[in-house]
Amino acid sequence: MALLEIQNVTRRFGDFIAVDNVSIGIEAGEFFTLLGPSGCGKTTLLRMIAGFDLPDGGRVLLNGEDLAGRPPERRPMRMVFQSYALFPHMTVEGNVAFPLQMAKTPAAEIGAKIAAALEDVRLQGFGKRYPHELSGGQKQRVALGRALVTHPAVLLLDEPLAALDAKLREEMQIELINLQKEVGITFVYVTHDQTEALALSHRIAVMNKGRVEQLDAPSKIYGFPRTRFVADFIGQCNLFSGPVAASGNGLVTVDVPALGPVRVAADSRLAPGRPATIALRPEKIRIEATAPVDTPDNHYRGTVADLLYMGDVTMYRVATPGGMRVEALLANSQSGRAKFFEAGDAVEMSWSVDAGHFIEE
Amino acid sequence: MKQKAISAATRPRLGKWLVSGPPLAYLLLFFAIPSLIMVLASFRTPGEFGGLAPLFEEGRLDLNLDSYARFFSESIYAQIFAKSVWYALSTTLFCLALAYPLAALIAKSERRYRDLLLLLVILPFWSNFLIRVYAWMIILGPNAALARTVNGMLAWFGHEPVPLLFSSFAVLVCLVYVHLPFMVLPLYANLEKHDQALLDAAQDLGANAWQRFWRITFPLSLPGVYAGAALVFIPALGIFAIPDILGGPEDSLIGNVIKQQFLETRDWPFGSVLSIVLTVAALFLAGLAAWVARGNLGTPSSVKVARA
Repeated sequence: MALLEIQNVTRRFGDFIAVDNVSIGIEAGEFFTLLGPSGCGKTTLLRMIAGFDLPDGGRVLLNGEDLAGRPPERRPMRMVFQSYALFPHMTVEGNVAFPLQMAKTPAAEIGAKIAAALEDVRLQGFGKRYPHELSGGQKQRVALGRALVTHPAVLLLDEPLAALDAKLREEMQIELINLQKEVGITFVYVTHDQTEALALSHRIAVMNKGRVEQLDAPSKIYGFPRTRFVADFIGQCNLFSGPVAASGNGLVTVDVPALGPVRVAADSRLAPGRPATIALRPEKIRIEATAPVDTPDNHYRGTVADLLYMGDVTMYRVATPGGMRVEALLANSQSGRAKFFEAGDAVEMSWSVDAGHFIEE
Repeated sequence: MKQKAISAATRPRLGKWLVSGPPLAYLLLFFAIPSLIMVLASFRTPGEFGGLAPLFEEGRLDLNLDSYARFFSESIYAQIFAKSVWYALSTTLFCLALAYPLAALIAKSERRYRDLLLLLVILPFWSNFLIRVYAWMIILGPNAALARTVNGMLAWFGHEPVPLLFSSFAVLVCLVYVHLPFMVLPLYANLEKHDQALLDAAQDLGANAWQRFWRITFPLSLPGVYAGAALVFIPALGIFAIPDILGGPEDSLIGNVIKQQFLETRDWPFGSVLSIVLTVAALFLAGLAAWVARGNLGTPSSVKVARA
């Protein structure tokens, strides 16, 4: 039995179903992320775990105990808010002491616990400051320290890094990973930022329209998106659709209009004529100026229609003679030149049979 | 380049003077100069038949501290002063107790109802102050339903009937009624800005409804409380119309005494002394409130860590 069990939870607002029959088990010590676009139900789900909102159907269990009758103040979980929600009239110490005071911690122990919490979030010496005297990153750490000081069973984080600038966000991501390892508390993290989710989590639940589309480890989510939505939402992805032409010997061939036959390694046999969709990450595509010397499994010609130079990598959009656009990503470090090709260059694309995989429609 | 910078800086300054000139002149003419005349009058001798004695008597300037000496030697004035402070303080506390829940209710209500509710709060201002005070004469009058009900119940318990009108009760009720909007509005303005996330956070950190109010909402509303208290306390301290109309002989406040000195006794120097003492007291208390509101008091106590 998982530490936190979400069982068939549903939440409706009028006709709108914000969370639709979601079941997730979150293990003790796990860094778990709810990922999805705004309006996908991830924050509603988090608020139901915290107790700020109640499910219309289903249950939330902690250590096997149904939390239905418990208001937020009586759940052994803490939430870190996107706006930090620090009490402006209290110092950093006052903020961190607050949950201890609410838990009726003896006054003699409070000082030491505050000191330990501030050390955990690397804010020693800031105890006497007021929130308005702190930077965004420092405020976020106070919010974390305040939430962790009572050693909750679960820490709920609602887009905690969304208000920080990119550089600081990256720094805080590394700190969050280390902090979670250090304190060993289960983190349930909500974000719409896929790179953040991939970087931080042990497991990710990708949500869309109130449902969980895929629940997997980050490498599985990225490498093997199961649905069109996940493939599209997480990073860039080429999706090739067409009828199955042949199937057998661990190989399936799909006739993709405007591109040609695409061969993919697949265990299952697919009936010829059946429609299928292949997901292929742009960085798995090899593009060269001349025909490849080996005989690749999949090989097509095209012209660079346009390109996006991004510093470390360049994204090429290659137009096939049939009119399809294929996205291919090339690391710029592979050459002494800044980039390989210019718009209008004729190129040769190729990829192996295990580069792509089938997704569900 | 440099010249340009100077002219750009002077032009708005000139505009500022043009805009603030008329109100400044107005205040100078009708507030500062009369106040100075009053200060001067407080050092002069009362005239034989009221007003002021001539400033130059037999070639020498006639200025003295007689009226101040009188204020500090006759204890009746200190007593009336203390009573006025007591009434003003009671008014402030009753207003606070009544206004806080009301302001919180308006601040929490749906946006489309808020304007209507605020309108209801300021609606009494649409009728004249004296008319509203006289209305209480009717409400509290001996033949009105209220007095009959109260005295009927008292008779049932075997008590003598009590007059509601011309009593301290009538004065206090009307003081609270008249000043209530001045407490509601600053409190509402403050409470309306409170961030719900703070209350969510407090609840998440283990605070029940009572703790959320006393540890979060109330301390954060203190600036509104101080502003409202100043707006109620200071005018209530100098009021004279309400005790005049609704009070008994025992309910004379400092405002009544001042009015009496100018209009009936016609002792202008002593009336000026009383006015000055009242003004200084009000300024002192307003200054104190502003100082407290700026966070020099109040907030640190709710922050102290070891206390709880």
